[in-house]
Amino acid sequence: MNTQDTRRPTGKKLSLKEKYALMTRGLGWDTSYEPMDKAFDQLGLEGIKIHDWDKWEDPFRLTMDAYWKYQAEKERKLYAVLDAFQQNNGHLNISDARYVNTLKLFFTGITPAEYNAHRLFAMLGRQFPGPGAAIACQMQAVDELRHVQTQIHSISQYNKYFNGLHDHTVMNDRLWYLSVPKSFFEDAISSGPFEQIIAISFALEYLLTNLVFMPFMSGAAYNGDMATVTFGFSSQSDEARHMTLGLECIKFVLEQDPGNAAIIQRYLDKWFWRGYKVLGLVSMMLDYMLPKKVMSWKEAWEIYFVQNGGSLFNDLSRYGLRMPKYWEQSVAEAEHLSHQTWNAFYNFSGAAAFHVWLPSDEDMAWLAEKYPNTFDQHYRPRIEHYRKLQAEGKRYYNPSLPMLCQTCQTPLIFTEMDDPTRTSHRQLEHDGDTYHFCSDGCRDIFAGQPDKYVSAWLPAHQILQGNCVEPGAEAAGDPGADALRYFHVVAGQDNLDYEGSPDEANWLRWKGLDKTPPAAAA
Amino acid sequence: MSSIQSTVFMALQTNDDTRPIIEALQRDNPDAVVHRLPAMVKIDAPRRLVLRRSTVEEILGTDWDLQSINLNLISLSGNVDESEDEMILHWNR
Repeated sequence: MNTQDTRRPTGKKLSLKEKYALMTRGLGWDTSYEPMDKAFDQLGLEGIKIHDWDKWEDPFRLTMDAYWKYQAEKERKLYAVLDAFQQNNGHLNISDARYVNTLKLFFTGITPAEYNAHRLFAMLGRQFPGPGAAIACQMQAVDELRHVQTQIHSISQYNKYFNGLHDHTVMNDRLWYLSVPKSFFEDAISSGPFEQIIAISFALEYLLTNLVFMPFMSGAAYNGDMATVTFGFSSQSDEARHMTLGLECIKFVLEQDPGNAAIIQRYLDKWFWRGYKVLGLVSMMLDYMLPKKVMSWKEAWEIYFVQNGGSLFNDLSRYGLRMPKYWEQSVAEAEHLSHQTWNAFYNFSGAAAFHVWLPSDEDMAWLAEKYPNTFDQHYRPRIEHYRKLQAEGKRYYNPSLPMLCQTCQTPLIFTEMDDPTRTSHRQLEHDGDTYHFCSDGCRDIFAGQPDKYVSAWLPAHQILQGNCVEPGAEAAGDPGADALRYFHVVAGQDNLDYEGSPDEANWLRWKGLDKTPPAAAA
Repeated sequence: MSSIQSTVFMALQTNDDTRPIIEALQRDNPDAVVHRLPAMVKIDAPRRLVLRRSTVEEILGTDWDLQSINLNLISLSGNVDESEDEMILHWNR
């Protein structure tokens, strides 16, 4: 090693730029007895051409020493808050126990996705020969692992007091609605390295995670959840860096070769739609599940996708990129998305690991104000109908298993935008079989890579085929009961309505609101 | 190109560390709009937003390391250009 480093100016503190250059350049692996394309064997598969990896730059110019320093400080802040939360029974200070159901969805749907993101970036760092890119991937792999761990620690306090939080990894693997986020990440992680980075760093982080981490985390704070807002913002402070890298990455790839733009546009069209379909779950968290509401899904989509995404694509138009295909449809659907998603969970709450409820009069007034074009017209009458049935003791459950979209795995619960009485359903023939889709976007994605999506593990199909039985357990013969046990959902405890649940009974007792007379001597 | 007016933003946690940062942003970016939401502050600006270390230091009356923004930054949008002295968010179009 050359100890006389002539690049270093003597007697002067290094500037951020110099420090970053020294810490990221010259660290690459130049193979000697095997050709480079054998060591980095996935790079050429997608047709993306990179001529000079040194052009990759982290705009934050974060070096490893600064990274560890700031991450350690974030952790100290977070764990101080978690200690305070535990010691002061923070779970009793939330707005209402219904709120905890958003955490059940977050913990079973998003936390395992963070772990998959960790795996993805650990593998991706190995695939890029440029040290700048490899270091960025290494930091992100560590970040994502930190997110998983801090989320598990934060939510463990809730797990002591509320049901449905006891088995997030098994639930993520098996529960029907969680196959939506799970299949998103598995689709990404089984793609080529450039598609992976466009899927996660750009489409997910830059266009979409703001929707989860800003309005939802702000909502967590508004609902008194000190633990979640703290881990949420601690995670999101890493995401700010990831987003910036996502944008730098896309500019880097587009500047490297004019032929790259068409491939990148195809990835963007696909991953925008894949990501958008996962966000249906977030839409109902904002509109239906936060007891004290901060912002509607429609407002959030307008701010974080239409305005922010619009600005981004204005900027990228100089490379010939356009807004992702079907983005206009996502804006039209913002009027309906949360109402139709919550309705599906109300119908299938027997098979979910969280509780549902009908909106109160006050909730409905808020929904009508936020959705003046659709709520009173289409959704209030249905909720009032459900309310009437419930009052008559005839609470409606959908007894069937829903048809799932072959691409995004969402049940076909959405309607045509120009006719909210007709289910949106698309079909395609492939190799003599008929496949079903929720939207044009999902049908197009399938048509682009049919061999990938024919192998999708669709929960409804698996249940009907008898494949959802707890390993080692005797099949009960009732596919519904078998499936619940397979999901690790405890019937009568984790599922069904909030009203009448053990969570509700505990909450009323802890808060001194229990008005029922104590049971006769048991 | 869409017909959207390009906007950059920076979102910061609501706490004592970020008060001088928000004040500096307002001072150096007269067009910036500050939105205060539960637990967070979002600062929007048309096309460009600059955060200057010198302005934060003037408000604080002490040295301030611009990279420590990483502790309280929730999210941002725009191309980022960062040095020891300033962090600029901008859209080119």
